[in-house]
Amino acid sequence: MTTAERRADERVRKVGLASLLLTRPEIGAVVGAVLVFVIFAVWAGGNGFLSLAGTASYLEVAAQVGIVASAVALLMIAGEFDLSVGSVVGAAGMVVAICIGIIGLPVWLSVILAFAFALVIGFVNGYLVVKTRLPSFIVTLGMLFILRGLTIGITRAVTGRTQVGGLAATTDGDPIATIFTANIGPFSISILWWIGLALLATFVLLRTSFGNWIFGVGGSAIAARNVGVPVNRVKIILFMATAASAALLAVIQVLDVGSGDVLRGSDKEFEAIITAVIGGTLLTGGYGSAIGAVFGALTLGMTKQGIVFAGIPGDWYQAFLGVLLLAAVIVNNYIRQRATMTRH
Amino acid sequence: MTATTAASGAPLIEARDLTKYFGSVVALHDVSLSVRAGEVLCLLGDNGAGKSTLIKILSGVHPPDSGEILVDGEPVVFGSPRDALQRGIATVYQDLAMIPLMSISRNFFLGAEPVSGFGPLKTLDIKQADRVTRTALKQMGIDLRDTSQPVGTLSGGERQSVAIARAIHFGAKVVILDEPTSALGVKEAAVVLRFIGQAREQGIGVILITHNINHAFPIGDRFTILDRGTCTGTFDKADLTTTQLLEHMGGGAELAEIEHELEKPIPVA
Repeated sequence: MTTAERRADERVRKVGLASLLLTRPEIGAVVGAVLVFVIFAVWAGGNGFLSLAGTASYLEVAAQVGIVASAVALLMIAGEFDLSVGSVVGAAGMVVAICIGIIGLPVWLSVILAFAFALVIGFVNGYLVVKTRLPSFIVTLGMLFILRGLTIGITRAVTGRTQVGGLAATTDGDPIATIFTANIGPFSISILWWIGLALLATFVLLRTSFGNWIFGVGGSAIAARNVGVPVNRVKIILFMATAASAALLAVIQVLDVGSGDVLRGSDKEFEAIITAVIGGTLLTGGYGSAIGAVFGALTLGMTKQGIVFAGIPGDWYQAFLGVLLLAAVIVNNYIRQRATMTRH
Repeated sequence: MTATTAASGAPLIEARDLTKYFGSVVALHDVSLSVRAGEVLCLLGDNGAGKSTLIKILSGVHPPDSGEILVDGEPVVFGSPRDALQRGIATVYQDLAMIPLMSISRNFFLGAEPVSGFGPLKTLDIKQADRVTRTALKQMGIDLRDTSQPVGTLSGGERQSVAIARAIHFGAKVVILDEPTSALGVKEAAVVLRFIGQAREQGIGVILITHNINHAFPIGDRFTILDRGTCTGTFDKADLTTTQLLEHMGGGAELAEIEHELEKPIPVA
């Protein structure tokens, strides 16, 4: 039996800093973000990529995807997908816009209603996944289309249009709106929301029992259930968290722009998943990091804006995104193998 | 239940006349067994004999269609594995005991995490988890260098041992082991068997499910044999040899024949 011999070897083996770092899920994302930054700093540095305004612009884009990606990363670590977040952004945004612009409700109440709406959608997603035992990919894909369709249909039925604007009259100077739309110098407050949520997600993941359950549920739901982890509750709560994060993005966007659009948030579900994957989260669950998702979002933001600064048409963005995703998955697979080094 | 001397006293867990149907299939028919503190009961049987069904009933996964389970002499109904766990009945599954990508101490405390602080500021006490995991494993004779490494870096035998140690640490009085050695090499299997011996000395009742007599015989105190869903007998170790055990399992004749054949040179086709 070579197993015993190999074990004796590994017990005395010294692990260098490099190989230790290579067992961390976020290392690929950090390296990737630095690489993308260097590329655009060289390529588009002269065009304003490195200026304060340039930095503020890619940080805001990063924040928009990062706000959703923190929660999506936790859900993916727990082994589930949420493809409906993009539609929740559109629907929750429409709830805010219609409540303020058509019904005339105060901003604070409209915001609360948007979050309540999103939490219900998240609960339905989670409940369906847990009860039907269908893949969450399918359940939330259904929800993506149902919600988008209902948002367009109901908005047109109620308002006759697909956009609800003119919110600025109510939201300007509103203290609640300020929380979501203020600027600090050239920087959007959404950047603070993004970093705050990422820190919260990291804290939950690494320093609470619930975080341990997230890893357990994603690593092996059966093993977790066997030791008494409430697997279904963990999953439902995480689906509610992703929907709530989508609602936060919707509130920020609608209040900032002063209008709601039924198509808002399209493709956000994919961007959030790509962000989490670049951040080192495994598609199969059980492994990942919320800090990694921060660097993933940063990479996305820098790419999206860097292309513009470099003078390339924005059309090319999606091609860059695809390449980033594939590169990230390949690197992540390698890191995961290093982390476990299974001996079978 | 107070601690009793080795292999004595009333049964910790007793199953009486358990029957289980899956549709038209009779998976178990009137099967009974019991295990006392400080005793290793081996549940033997070929594939399809009903071993898995029986332990799933004992661990609260399936309810029996008839028959009853007594814990400390008291009839109980398990609605879920959690119920069984609260009654001190822990099950360690062969492949599903540990989560490979999580650290040893995170695995150890999964579902029972140590926290410090109050209310919403309750945080996971990783240092405490590491410390307790290391000492708990050391007490059981497993010396690990680093409990923050992923469980995936442990060998199969170590993984099983850690899973058993975890069950005992969290108050299991009866540990049900589902084929703990079947996927292991000879040396690794010995690690697990030695570890089961340690658990027995601590007064734990062990139900060891296996179809490998060479693993069962050295460690078992009593042997309950299942064959096609029924219990064909329970034997004390003093009363039988491995050969007899094999015969009771119904595989003796075939194995003897093979042994005989293999002694002859294999004819070239």
